[in-house]
This record gives sequence, C-alpha cells and structure tokens, in this order.
Amino acid sequence: MGFRGWIHALSVGSDSTGLPGAELERRLIELGFVEGARVELLHEGLFGGDPIAVRVAQATIALRRQEAMSIMVNEEAPA
Amino acid sequence: MNADASLAAPITAFPIVALVGNPNCGKTALFNALTGSRQKVANYPGVTVEKKVGRVTTPAGRSLQIVDLPGTYSLRARSPDEEITRDAVLGQLRGEAAPDLIVCVADASNLRLALRLALELKRVGRPVVLSLNMMDIARKRGIEIDAGRLARELGLPVVSSVAVRRGGTDALLSEIDRTFAGLPMAGISSWSAPGAGELRNTQREADRLLAAAVRGSGERDAGTARIDSILLHPVAGLVILLAILFVMFQAVFAWAEPAMNAIEAGFAWLGLLVERAPLPELLKSFLKDGLIGGVGSVIVFLPQIVILFFFILVLEDLGYMARAAFLMDRIMGGAGLHGRAFIPLLSSFACAIPGVMATRVIDDRRDRLTTILVAPLMTCSARIPVYTLIIGAFIPDTEVWGFIGLQGLVMFGLYAIGIASALGVSFVIKRLIWRGVPGEPFMLELPDYKIPRIRSLAIGLWTRAAIFLKRAGTIILAMMVLIWVLASFPQPPDGATEPAISYSLAATIGSAMQPITAPLGFNWQINVALIPGMAAREVAVGSLGTIYSISGGEEAADKIGQALAGHWSLATALALLAWYVFAPQCAATLAVIRRETGSWKWMGVTFFYMLALAYVAALATYQIASALS
Repeated sequence: MGFRGWIHALSVGSDSTGLPGAELERRLIELGFVEGARVELLHEGLFGGDPIAVRVAQATIALRRQEAMSIMVNEEAPA
Repeated sequence: MNADASLAAPITAFPIVALVGNPNCGKTALFNALTGSRQKVANYPGVTVEKKVGRVTTPAGRSLQIVDLPGTYSLRARSPDEEITRDAVLGQLRGEAAPDLIVCVADASNLRLALRLALELKRVGRPVVLSLNMMDIARKRGIEIDAGRLARELGLPVVSSVAVRRGGTDALLSEIDRTFAGLPMAGISSWSAPGAGELRNTQREADRLLAAAVRGSGERDAGTARIDSILLHPVAGLVILLAILFVMFQAVFAWAEPAMNAIEAGFAWLGLLVERAPLPELLKSFLKDGLIGGVGSVIVFLPQIVILFFFILVLEDLGYMARAAFLMDRIMGGAGLHGRAFIPLLSSFACAIPGVMATRVIDDRRDRLTTILVAPLMTCSARIPVYTLIIGAFIPDTEVWGFIGLQGLVMFGLYAIGIASALGVSFVIKRLIWRGVPGEPFMLELPDYKIPRIRSLAIGLWTRAAIFLKRAGTIILAMMVLIWVLASFPQPPDGATEPAISYSLAATIGSAMQPITAPLGFNWQINVALIPGMAAREVAVGSLGTIYSISGGEEAADKIGQALAGHWSLATALALLAWYVFAPQCAATLAVIRRETGSWKWMGVTFFYMLALAYVAALATYQIASALS
C-alpha cells in the first residue's frame, strides 16, 4: 500500500489472463496506463489483497492483480 | 419525459448533435440540462441499447436534436453499448443519420483520458466541440485550465459547462451556434480501430496537451481520498456495504408504511362508492373486486418501489456503485461472476429487465451470459408485494433483540436466499458450462464522489414510477380483468351452497393443477393466482384478493392478508415464499433474455432451471415445515 512509481513498460507476453496480450495492452492504455505515467497503489481488497485500486495520473482505476502484473513500474522518475 | 417508442418524424429533420464522453463525465446531467423535459427514450432498432434523444433551441433560434450516447473510453468498441456509440458517431447505424456535430464531454477535473478520446474523435472528420464539464468542481479543486491554449493545441473549439447550474450550458450552445453558422462540412473519416502503438501515441499527445494547458490537476480529490480510506477499507468497507443494503431493505418496509396506508384507504373509499351506487350486482362486483381491488392491491406497492429506486439512484449518483463492484469482485469472482456483474445484479433488485439490459457493461460474452442467467434470481420489486402480503399475514410483528423487526428480518432473509442462489447457480455454470475458460479482466474507473442532484434524482424516480404505473394500468389491469372473468363465470346455479367461485372456470383450472402442486401445499386458489402471475409477479397478489374476496364474501374483502391467514397453513405460506424466490414467473424478463442473448435456447435454459429450483425449494419447504409443526 502506498507504493508509488512510474510505469516503464507494459509487458503482456503471456496470456495468463482471459484476454490475448495485444487486447489487454490496448485496454490498459485506454485506461491511461502508458509508459511514463505516475502510479500509486491506493487500496487492496480483503481476500488476497485483490483487486487493487491504483491512482494512475489523475484517475483511479480498479483492476485485478493478474492484469496489474503486466504493468512494469520503476520507483525512479523517468529521465 | 416520454418513454415513447417512435420518435416523432419532424425531429429527425433537425441537425443532430451527439454527446460522446467517458463514463462518469456528467454527460447525462449535461443532456438533462440541455433538453430539460423535452426528451424521449427509445431503443435503437434491433438492439436494446437505450436511445436518448432530446430537442434544444439555441440562442440563435436553431432547433437541434441532441443524442446522448453510451459512455466510452474509445471508439474501439468492446461491448454492445460502446458499439452503438461507435456506429452512431461514424454514421454506420442503420436508419440513423450521422451526427452533424460531435460534442466531446469531458470531466474538467479528470481530463487525461477524455483528451485522448477527443483526439480520436477528431479523426472521424466531423466537427467536434470539446465541452469541459463540471468546471465548478475543477475550479474548487484548484485546477486551472487555459481553454484558449487547449483549443489552439488541440485544434478544436473548447468551452466550459456546468450542467447543474442555470445558464451553465450557455457557452456550449453559443459555440454550437457558431459552428453551425460556419457551415460545417463533414470531411472524410480517417478513423480506424487503433492498435496499441497508436493508442499509446495519442495518449502521449494528450499528456503533452495536459502539461501545456492545465495546472494543478494531478492531485487526488481530498474528500474522495478520505471517504475511500473508510469505504474501500478491506474489512470496514465490506461491513459498510452490507449495512447499506440492510438499511435499504428495512427502509423499504418502514418508510413506505404511511403512504401505503393512505393509498389503501383511498382504494377502500372508491370501493365503498361503488358499493353504494345503484348498479347491477355483476357490474358492481366487476368494478369493486376486479378493477379497484385488483389494481389497488398493486398500486399500493408504489411507495416501496420508489424508495428502493431512490436508494439505487442515490448510490449510483454518489459514485458508490463502482466501489461496491470493487468490494464485491473477489467474492463474486469466487462464484464465477465478474465484478462488473454487481451493478446489473443490484439493478435486478428493482427489476430483472433493466438488470439484464445493464449486463451490456460486461464485455465478455460468457461473463455476460452467466450474469443474465442469474439476474432473475435477485429479488425484484415485483416480488415485494407477494413477500409483504405473506409476511404481513403469517410472520408476527415482533422485534428481535429489541430493535430489529422480525418481518424485516424475514424479508432480508428472502433477499439473502436470492443472492446466495444466484451465486450458487453461477458457480455451477462456471464449472459445468464454461469449464477451463479464463474469465474476463475486471477493470473499472472509480470516479470521485459527487453529491447527487435533486433534479436528476427526481427525473430518474419519476421515470421508474411512471413505468410501474403504466404496467399497473395496462398488463396488470388486463390480467385483473381476466382473473375476475375466470373467477366469476360460469355463475353458480340457483340454490348453490358453495361460494360462487367454486363453480367458476378458475376453480376448474386450479383443480386440474392440483396433483402437481399438492406436494407443495398449494391449494387451487394459489394455482389460479400463479397463472396470471406469469405476466407480472405482483399480479398474483391482486388475483388472490379477487379470488378470496369473491369466495369469502364481504368481511374478507377488507384485508387479503387476513383472508390468507384464515385459509392457509404456515407451511403453505412458507412454501409459496420459497416458490417465489425462484420461480421464472415473468414473461417480460424471459422476453428480454431472449432479445439480449439472441437465442431461444438461453431463454429456455433460464425458464426450466428456475422452474426446477422453485419446485424443489417449495417442496422441501412445505414438507419440512409440515413435519416440524
């Protein structure tokens, strides 16, 4: 909780989720998850800390950990 | 507001302005502000997506047709609702002209995703105006938007609007006038479904615009953050959600009572008027028992339905519904349901029809089908009359632990059984039908909390009440008349000793069903009431009233409940409650399922699995309750 950072990549190689990787990538981008965006973990669910609520730039998005795993985050600001 | 199926022809001749925007951007509030009461709700041909159209006259005297399109993040449609938005914007909708102007509605305090959508809309080749909505809230939060800079960089006219304030749409209307005065020409659309690379580039461009023209927009709304720290707390959040639902159902009982008593008294007075009128006995019976008694016994539930919808609308407008989906996702996921199914299922508490229709927010076909199949198990408002009647007649009005009403508790229990069975059935569907198929991801924006506006609440409540009253005045009225005829003819022979209804067609039909329903403890009167209950569940109440007031004479006519308590055993009453939790007793719901799934198969599956559950549940309840008493 409270973890902050900047997105440095979307990595949707495996289709461990219900969607093909390319489609998951498009949906993540449509909700604002693009490289360079600032993210912060705001809330976690009761069971297994799932789903999570993430602040991405100026919006708050709820998603499951399974999908959130595709979002690679660095703790340092991009150059 | 008219819920008219056909839109008057002259309207279509006016230029079309389409409102497009992200979910929760205040688009509908803006639509209400622009069109006021001059709006119509219909369906797009062939699909059940709501088409909201209204008329507005601009300051320059130009008449326009405003279309409110379903919210979306992209024209790259993923659900039937979003397909409508895409096709309407592109002018590819059968029988619908392309919009002459697109108004991209954006929440001024949450511009980032909206700007990406605006950039995408630009490519459609039609005139676009960006309307920065909820500017008052943005200003309060210290967000400064350089509209001129934004317009220059974006290459689109930008205006600000406050949908909920008088005159808040003036700037938008003037800009629309200016655009039309310039004889806008629709160019060629260069839009095609964007891939990840293009989406990424557009979002980067949107981020650049944001950095150039907007100051102080990154901060989270402090109020929302504070409230979420409690309402989204892993434990407290769930407890509060349950408490909200509990209060909701207690309120449906407690708050509605004075109004219900008044309505009952009103219909009793009407009945008395008829009683004293110099009319033939048969006509008196028709007016008093058939019309007034039948319709009155259904209308009396209007206060409860209005209260239930009041809660649902308030929670929706507050922004709490998305939080509820967040809190419930894991629990529902365990049952094989998508977190987004929470909103359709919660709507199904009011009525399964909007619930089934609301499943369009679920992108994945399998998740959507599962939700549609279990939606009718949620306790809809049409069951309230039946539950209330039986609970009122058979459950003592005492208090548990000194403060919780026993009747309300039983009601809550019936709702809980409905929810549990919906989760159970979806669990089975997931394991049996969709075995091994991974589910759709759960991704949902949690909007900032907003104080609901009285005006939009009033419009919403009025629409729902009107739909219920229209049903009471049409289907239900027709059914009541049919029941009265079945219960009154053939007339008893001279010198008959039994009550008149024993000689009627209704008794014949009810007796014929007896062998099947006897193990459930149902008598022929219940069988008769179940038949018209197929048209609308609540009709069963009016039917029982008609049947018993005719068979029981004057003294039983005052209160159906008293009559039931005199005729039924507790086991029968409980079995009927169990039957009503599950029975697929609503032709309209089945019709909507057929339309939404596009197949008779899924309608059939719904009907038969629910019927089987109802029979087994009522059988078990009756046999166990009989054995215990």
